Amino acid sequence: MVKAGNALKKLYIGLIIFFLYAPILVLLVLSFNKSRFRNHWGGFTLEWYRSLFSNDEVMSALWTTLLIALIAAFLASVIGTAAAFAINKMKKVPKAMFLGITNIPMLNADIVTAISLMLLFMALGFSFGFFSVLLAHITFSIPYVVLSVLPKLSQMSRSNYEAALDLGATPFQAFRKVVFPEILPGVLSGFMLAFTMSLDDFIITWFTTSPDIHTLSTVIYAMQRRGIHPEIYALSSLMFIVIVILLILCGRTQNKIQKK
Amino acid sequence: MKNKKKAFWNQALLSGPYLLWMGLFILIPLFIVLYYGLTDGSGAFTLENVKKISEPIYMRSLLLSLKLSLYSTLICLLIAYPLAMVLRSLHLKNQNLIVMVFILPMWINFLLRTIAWLTILENNGVLNSFLRLLGFQGLSIINTPAAIVVGMVYDFLPFMILPVYNSLAKIDDNLVAASKDLGANSLQTFRRVILPLSLPGIISGITMVFIPSLTTFAISQILGGGKQNLIGNFIEQQFLLYYDWNAGSGLSLVLMIFILISMAFVAKFDKKQEGTNLW
Amino acid sequence: MRKKLLFAALLTLLCILSFGCQSKKEKLYVYNWGEYIDPEVLEAFEEEYDIEVVYSTFDSNEEMYAKLHSGTATYDVICPSDYMINRMAQEGLLQELNKDNLPNLENIGAEYMTSSQNFDPGNKYSVPYCWGTVGILYNKTMVEGEITSWGVLFDETYKGQILMIDSVRDAYMVALTYLGYSQNTTNRDEIQEATELLHSQSSLVQAYVVDQVRDKMVGNEAAIGVIYSGEAIYTQRSNSDLVYVVPEEGSNVWIDSWVIPKDAKNVSAAEKWIDYMCRPEVALKNFDYITYSTPNAAAKELITDEDIKNSLIAFPDEATLARCETFQYLGEENEHYYLDEWAKVK
Repeated sequence: MVKAGNALKKLYIGLIIFFLYAPILVLLVLSFNKSRFRNHWGGFTLEWYRSLFSNDEVMSALWTTLLIALIAAFLASVIGTAAAFAINKMKKVPKAMFLGITNIPMLNADIVTAISLMLLFMALGFSFGFFSVLLAHITFSIPYVVLSVLPKLSQMSRSNYEAALDLGATPFQAFRKVVFPEILPGVLSGFMLAFTMSLDDFIITWFTTSPDIHTLSTVIYAMQRRGIHPEIYALSSLMFIVIVILLILCGRTQNKIQKK
Repeated sequence: MKNKKKAFWNQALLSGPYLLWMGLFILIPLFIVLYYGLTDGSGAFTLENVKKISEPIYMRSLLLSLKLSLYSTLICLLIAYPLAMVLRSLHLKNQNLIVMVFILPMWINFLLRTIAWLTILENNGVLNSFLRLLGFQGLSIINTPAAIVVGMVYDFLPFMILPVYNSLAKIDDNLVAASKDLGANSLQTFRRVILPLSLPGIISGITMVFIPSLTTFAISQILGGGKQNLIGNFIEQQFLLYYDWNAGSGLSLVLMIFILISMAFVAKFDKKQEGTNLW
Repeated sequence: MRKKLLFAALLTLLCILSFGCQSKKEKLYVYNWGEYIDPEVLEAFEEEYDIEVVYSTFDSNEEMYAKLHSGTATYDVICPSDYMINRMAQEGLLQELNKDNLPNLENIGAEYMTSSQNFDPGNKYSVPYCWGTVGILYNKTMVEGEITSWGVLFDETYKGQILMIDSVRDAYMVALTYLGYSQNTTNRDEIQEATELLHSQSSLVQAYVVDQVRDKMVGNEAAIGVIYSGEAIYTQRSNSDLVYVVPEEGSNVWIDSWVIPKDAKNVSAAEKWIDYMCRPEVALKNFDYITYSTPNAAAKELITDEDIKNSLIAFPDEATLARCETFQYLGEENEHYYLDEWAKVK
């Protein structure tokens, strides 16, 4: 009885995961398609994987995308974590206000965020390019960090920190040895979310970028009229493999922790 | 006294950068949108842009958007809640794995994933070819509101799963056991203990699915065959076809009303004040 | 501490990125349609003139204009379509070309310079790059007999089998031409009549698409679609059941041309670019790569594949072209009127 229940549970999880990854499997298949049309099979080829690496446009867009996502996620994590500490200690009314404003970039229509940031950068006389895109990405990433760290902070009991202080630790040591390990999972998932949102964004990047800065999403959107180039499918498949490796690594550490 | 002062400076140091950031990159742009939404091309005050929503075309698309967002939110909840219960029962130590599994598909470009759905759902697509292979009749989902809902559910499901799972995972097992010891059956335990405690997660999830569904425009364009114009499509058009930032801002102000309502909802259920319970 | 180090490292990286990239090389900012040039041509140009090309792409005229309109970027040379060139010229966004610096202009066929006059009187601002017609692509296994008229798009028998074009002016071109009016009409009654026709069509339409028509037709998703001629040749290579026709009522002929915006910073490099694109061997290389018709008469002579050279899709005959018109920019008020009417259709 229990066994059947367990099997059913696993089946359900499996189904949902399949639902989420099915489109990626389609892209994986398309990357081996000789034809450039997505619903016409023209035979098996590895050509797109070869030509991907000699396609400067796509490769440089890939590096720019990763660089922006990494820096944006990192800075958003720093600012967002600090902000979460501050918000956690606030009184009711300012706290509610802070949280409300924090939600805005996450919930607002992307195109409105995009246009409003563009108008702001223009008003400030900013030159558009790498920095403006980065600033925009940090802005819409911070909320994900704040909202990931905050619950961890409010669960944490203050007494551990104070005990550390009583035992002669400096506030910095106490933070590093006691507080930080406890909120680390929150910071990490915040970082992950921020990184992901940055990778996935198109419209905000489009409105805040300059002609010299291309990200993967701006390149892919411009390809639409003539059809997505299969090299992009190849790239997606490679990214998918990276994802699977990450998941396996993450699962491994999971097992280790459980064995302990 | 000295301590208090120090605490104040600590607080300022921590919140300062974010406060500055918020003011500069969230609030000022918001006021810019407000300004554009409430003025005409020459800068004079007007309500015309906001009133545009009452025109039949815009009203109809707003209602359609609300309807489809509601469906997708409900479906997400119906899928995510049981999933979160199942995940909870697994008692995972490393919860980051859950985040990874459900967030990582988003590393693949959104447009590509949506086009992949097109390939799956089309009349001669992957799904129908498979069904026909099994001897069933093909479905005609593509270019209908149903296809848009599928796209929305797919895209926003992780934002329902994460908060709901998070709120469920926090519930102490002893509490559930205690409820059973006190003679409550499974259903009663669920209704009286589990459901109320997971409510903040549910509310966050609803917000995180409903609002993005309401503002999307790419999903309806690609999967809806351009036949169903959502309010997001019209806002996009105002900016990209009419080059009318005033009208675009005006229409998005209307959408912000829904954002405000949802924020009020979250605040009401978020007694512990942990913010939108994302994770 | 580690965090601080990492932070410092990142900052340094940032600085290197933003300042280090500014090489001394002369730069040319090109703004073109996506996938609209042979990458080898681009590299060869950079090498020959020792100019660094900063190449960006767009996927609609409107998107390109929105980018210029926002004022966040300046380009040296752009490749918009006819009506958009008309608009930009009227709004004073373009600068007159110095033909002395464009000796290869003589390679462009005289007929294309003449039809360019419709949107660029006196050929002052633009040099044709690619051109084509708009027509019907149909699957001969899915329809009865030959199709010759726009009328099939409004025919009940093809309910659910029609892919209509999701672009205002193109959609109205179809309806207006079918009704016997000019595709550049500003007569409100005529436009409203077209709106009614298009509205009654909406129940027959499977999907309104621009970019997706190609894939859907190749995959046998629909029987009939409205498509640009350049895509037609391309789809036929993968699905031989597809037939392209320019309907007897007439159609739209479009030209994408190079222009230099008023605020261009490097005009001399832009001229070199345009002139380079007019070289016969370069135009031929591009034509082979992108399959859109070339207006370069000298390049057409170089085509060795007789099938392509005589293809009526790539190079329609005089009679077909005589039925076709080019789009003109109708002024902001009229364009908005079209958009408002189009919103009522779907």
